[in-house]
Amino acid sequence: MAGYIIETAKGKWEVVVGLEIHCQIISKSKIFSGASTEFGDDPNTNVSFVDAGFPGMLPVLNEECVHQAVKTGLGLNAKINKYSEFSRKNYFYADMPTDYQITQFRYPIVGEGEIDIDLSDGATKKIGIERMHIEQDAGKSIHDLSPTKSYIDLNRAGVGLMEIVTKPDFRSPEEAGAFLRKLRSILRYLGTCDGNMDEGSMRCDVNVSVRPYGSDELRTRCEMKNVNSVKFVMQAIENEAKRHVEVYENGGTIAQETRQFDPTTGHTKVMRKKEFAHDYRYFPEPDLPPLVLDDDYINSVKAEMIELPDAKKHRFVETLGLTPYDAMVLCENKETADFFEKAASGHDAKKVANWMMGDFFAMLNKKRLDIAQSPVSAENLGALVELISKDVISGKIAKDVFEIMSETGKNPEQIVEEKGLKQVTDTKAIEAIIETVIASNADNVAAYKSGKTNLAGWFVGQVIKMSQGKANPAIVNKLVRERLDK
Amino acid sequence: MAIDTETVKRVAFLSRLRIDDDKIEATKEEFNKILAWIEELNEINTDNIEPLVAVNNTALRMRKDEVTAGRCKEAVLQNAPAAEYDYFAVPKVVE
Repeated sequence: MAGYIIETAKGKWEVVVGLEIHCQIISKSKIFSGASTEFGDDPNTNVSFVDAGFPGMLPVLNEECVHQAVKTGLGLNAKINKYSEFSRKNYFYADMPTDYQITQFRYPIVGEGEIDIDLSDGATKKIGIERMHIEQDAGKSIHDLSPTKSYIDLNRAGVGLMEIVTKPDFRSPEEAGAFLRKLRSILRYLGTCDGNMDEGSMRCDVNVSVRPYGSDELRTRCEMKNVNSVKFVMQAIENEAKRHVEVYENGGTIAQETRQFDPTTGHTKVMRKKEFAHDYRYFPEPDLPPLVLDDDYINSVKAEMIELPDAKKHRFVETLGLTPYDAMVLCENKETADFFEKAASGHDAKKVANWMMGDFFAMLNKKRLDIAQSPVSAENLGALVELISKDVISGKIAKDVFEIMSETGKNPEQIVEEKGLKQVTDTKAIEAIIETVIASNADNVAAYKSGKTNLAGWFVGQVIKMSQGKANPAIVNKLVRERLDK
Repeated sequence: MAIDTETVKRVAFLSRLRIDDDKIEATKEEFNKILAWIEELNEINTDNIEPLVAVNNTALRMRKDEVTAGRCKEAVLQNAPAAEYDYFAVPKVVE
């Protein structure tokens, strides 16, 4: 793709971005306690004495969180570390009752990996994963209920998180956006995180620096915490990069600091300087021995892996003949891909894809429905395409049939039967209509015979119209010309 | 390595411990005594030896993913210095 370059009167700059993404692990209970992970319950309902940091309480690791992390690591094409260990990250904040977070520091459960991102020009780019570790989430602070107090809800405290750290491989806001969409898609396919950025189950920290275009230095970066949508991440990168360029070009320096992205203005402002407060004094967690996985375990998780969006996309292109773009759109979420495969089974896959990308998605959009709620079933969409392929109905009539299907949920064969929409392929019947049209348009017949041969198309149109769209256009075309040239 | 008074203040801050000014000098001495004792351990060659994470060789025990705790709001909030509307209420935290 064309490089993303910030060009000013003074020079050209390139942006260097890395992401850290916190993903809530899908599990019934918390990572170190038996409290529920249910979202949206009354405050402090799903809190155990472990989560509340009561003295003497000990963490016990949830095996499902490990399982989900290994699955995710495999989905990121990453190395699964057979040895990993837990550490304490020490800091004081009211929504962290133990005053330390149990996380992984030196030895994370997942090592280096990479995933492909799809760019708007059809190209793909590899983005490196540095590592992924598992840890516990903090509680939630509510600052706007009282002028003098903050309120703490510990329902979220102790929910399992996977923190994915990328290499600084992004060179544009678009690449970062494409990565987040691809990551979300993979996590949802795997069922390891629901990936809802607006609900906070996937949260993104963005590290941005700039450098003169063409250089390979790494300059001081600034971090923006908890940017909560793909659009905002892209906006934050764009505006933060511009700020850096402005500072450098005016002879200033960038301080390493944490900044806050303000969605209402699109700009960032300083949150805290990275100095005194940021001394986490990590040390090995004494309450948990190291986590050791063996080959049998890792292989058993490998055996559970399903086809992920990239592999599926590749298969749709190679064996079903879809365009890369159509395949990418259909594979972004698993429900859509499954629906497509069901609809295309035994039918013309390319035509089914066209219908999905066109009328079908338009219908869901208009009705504001998820694919799971579609009034048109996958089988019925496939059957509709089959009716076209077999010349039972024309493409034009098919649009009307689809409209009725989306209103009634009926199958297309029944609709075609009930409304008498079957395409007329009987030459006798068509010839009879042609005779009627010719008899009542003697002037145009004469004009045709005198050389205005493009009137043939007009005759074809008249015949199809008279048949209420049911006459097979190819047959009409052939018979009209034969009749006129007689 | 010797600890200076600035480091004592810094460690105290990070640990949220209040050490009165007239105690800082004495605390510094104590710190340095402890560190001097630990220094003796440096006489042992630990090249190529990974730091020990756990002293006993027990394997990590995991639990099944089942909801077995929680739903004990009253007990959890009982020790809160202040609780309002079922939340822990703390002095306003502003970044």
